[in-house]
Amino acid sequence: MNSSLKSSKSSNFLKESLGRTIVSICGIAIILLTIAIAAFLFYKGSFTFTVQGHNIMDLIFSAEWEPANNANTVGEGEVGALIFIAGSFYTCGLALLIAIPFSLAAAIFLAEIASDRAVRIVRPAVEIFVGIPSVIYGWVGYKTIVPAIKAIFGGTGSSVLAAGIVLAIMIFPTITTVATDAMKSVPMDFRSGAYGLGSTRWQVIRKVVLPSANPGILTGIILGLARAFGEALAVGMVVGRMRAFAEDVFSPTHTITTAISSEMGNSIDGSELNSALWSLALVLFVVAIVCILAIHAVSKKAKVDE
Amino acid sequence: MMKKPSNLNTAKYTDRFMTAVFYSVGGFFLLLIFVLAGYIIFNGALSFKPEYLTFTSDGVMNQLFDTVYLVFLSLLISTPLGILAGIYMAEYAKKNKLTEFIRISIEALSSLPSLVVGLFVMFLFILVLDLDKTLFVGAIAVSILSVPLITTTTEDALRSLPPEYKQGSMGLGATHWQTITKVMLPACISRIITGIILAAGRGFGEAAALLFTTGQSSVIRWTDWDLTSKRCPLNPFRPAQTLSLQIWEMKTESIRVDKDDVANFASALLVILVLTFSLLARYVSGRIDKKAQGGK
Repeated sequence: MNSSLKSSKSSNFLKESLGRTIVSICGIAIILLTIAIAAFLFYKGSFTFTVQGHNIMDLIFSAEWEPANNANTVGEGEVGALIFIAGSFYTCGLALLIAIPFSLAAAIFLAEIASDRAVRIVRPAVEIFVGIPSVIYGWVGYKTIVPAIKAIFGGTGSSVLAAGIVLAIMIFPTITTVATDAMKSVPMDFRSGAYGLGSTRWQVIRKVVLPSANPGILTGIILGLARAFGEALAVGMVVGRMRAFAEDVFSPTHTITTAISSEMGNSIDGSELNSALWSLALVLFVVAIVCILAIHAVSKKAKVDE
Repeated sequence: MMKKPSNLNTAKYTDRFMTAVFYSVGGFFLLLIFVLAGYIIFNGALSFKPEYLTFTSDGVMNQLFDTVYLVFLSLLISTPLGILAGIYMAEYAKKNKLTEFIRISIEALSSLPSLVVGLFVMFLFILVLDLDKTLFVGAIAVSILSVPLITTTTEDALRSLPPEYKQGSMGLGATHWQTITKVMLPACISRIITGIILAAGRGFGEAAALLFTTGQSSVIRWTDWDLTSKRCPLNPFRPAQTLSLQIWEMKTESIRVDKDDVANFASALLVILVLTFSLLARYVSGRIDKKAQGGK
């Protein structure tokens, strides 16, 4: 009797250490996965510079994109990706410009103004926006926004503006959700103090809630930017995928993600084209990491300010 | 009577004006989501042709099957990994550099563009390991995208349990591991399931990560149940096309006459699938709230 109790006890301790080991391995596996992704991207993305002999200035500041799609030649063509990079910043900048005012207004509505009942209706609606797949946003944009732009402003309709609107609809829920949470976490005392001094609700929102929630709002905007920058197929359907700088918001252009998604499939492994596209993927990775670091910097600064 | 100072009046008018603005923005989004969802489903219904509901190359049912099967396979990988890593983060991780690094890795993984994850998986499995583009390789890409969500949901679920659960169990002499598996996980399992359902919903719509990994065609022979056959529905090592990839193909490469109709119908089907799962997640998490409040 006594011995069986002892053995079950020791098997419990065995399970304890086994369980602990397994979950630790899984935690570390997540680090390894992230490092592996980073390492492979740096490895493949560096070929443009090491094997093909271009320098980073050629890639980022030149608009001459004539890479050779041939595994046996080296450094024959041009890998200037400025059109794609400019296209990405142009479409994402426009998307933020459209999304920020609407998202902030929606967040203020949800956090400060709406009754509980209204929140219970609007909040799930915002979550539904997040759930709709990006391909469908692209497809609906292609069937509705593109023809509308074509009818009103002429041209083909596929344009920076179409991409900006589609991206804005895609990132608005992200910004709204994060900003709403930030505003809700502003202590009630702050508001009571301002109301006690005779402020109206709008004055409280503008002078007290928004400034206090500022870091959280910024975090939401950066997350939205990261999502817009990495979006490939929705943008690909409406941006026109034309290798030219956009003269205005009504002209088509190309972006980093659309260039990779339309040319990677046809590129020969090890060719100049293939290497250049991997370098662009590396650019996407670096932008995503910079966004994460920026969010950490913002929240750290907010903690210090408190 | 004294006249009210005019800036007080202005402040009151501005307040009323801004309140109206915020109400209209809230209403606008509500309207927009109804119009958007209505448009997608209505258009899908208008484009309907009976052959779309067949499991053939004319239809979308093979793609529907592959979408569900691919997400199922991806969850087989990401669910255990995510839950175990979440347990580690909530229960075993110390406050040190390693934990901080895992946290940053989770954040990085969750905000990486899916295109980049797809490229990574393509490089590792198709170029380095020399596999063909298959359902299995696509499932790996989707599982990498869903691991962060399942990990954070598990961690949050465990952390939100009242400390008495743990104290009570350990006070009775249970080991830490017994406490986790017998007390804590059962207590928060519905929250974890909600997270998995949400991850599945996201997986259904994934496209960019599958562009270079699954092989872009769903040729299935429904009488072929030899698991090693390239046509067997259940063979994970065959090329596949999901609904979202089919929509992308209809827009970019297809030369079918009715490609717009196919894309409309596939979009409606995909939206219904995704909405069903988000309602399911809502239902499961709603039941938890009731349970937590003492109901049945």
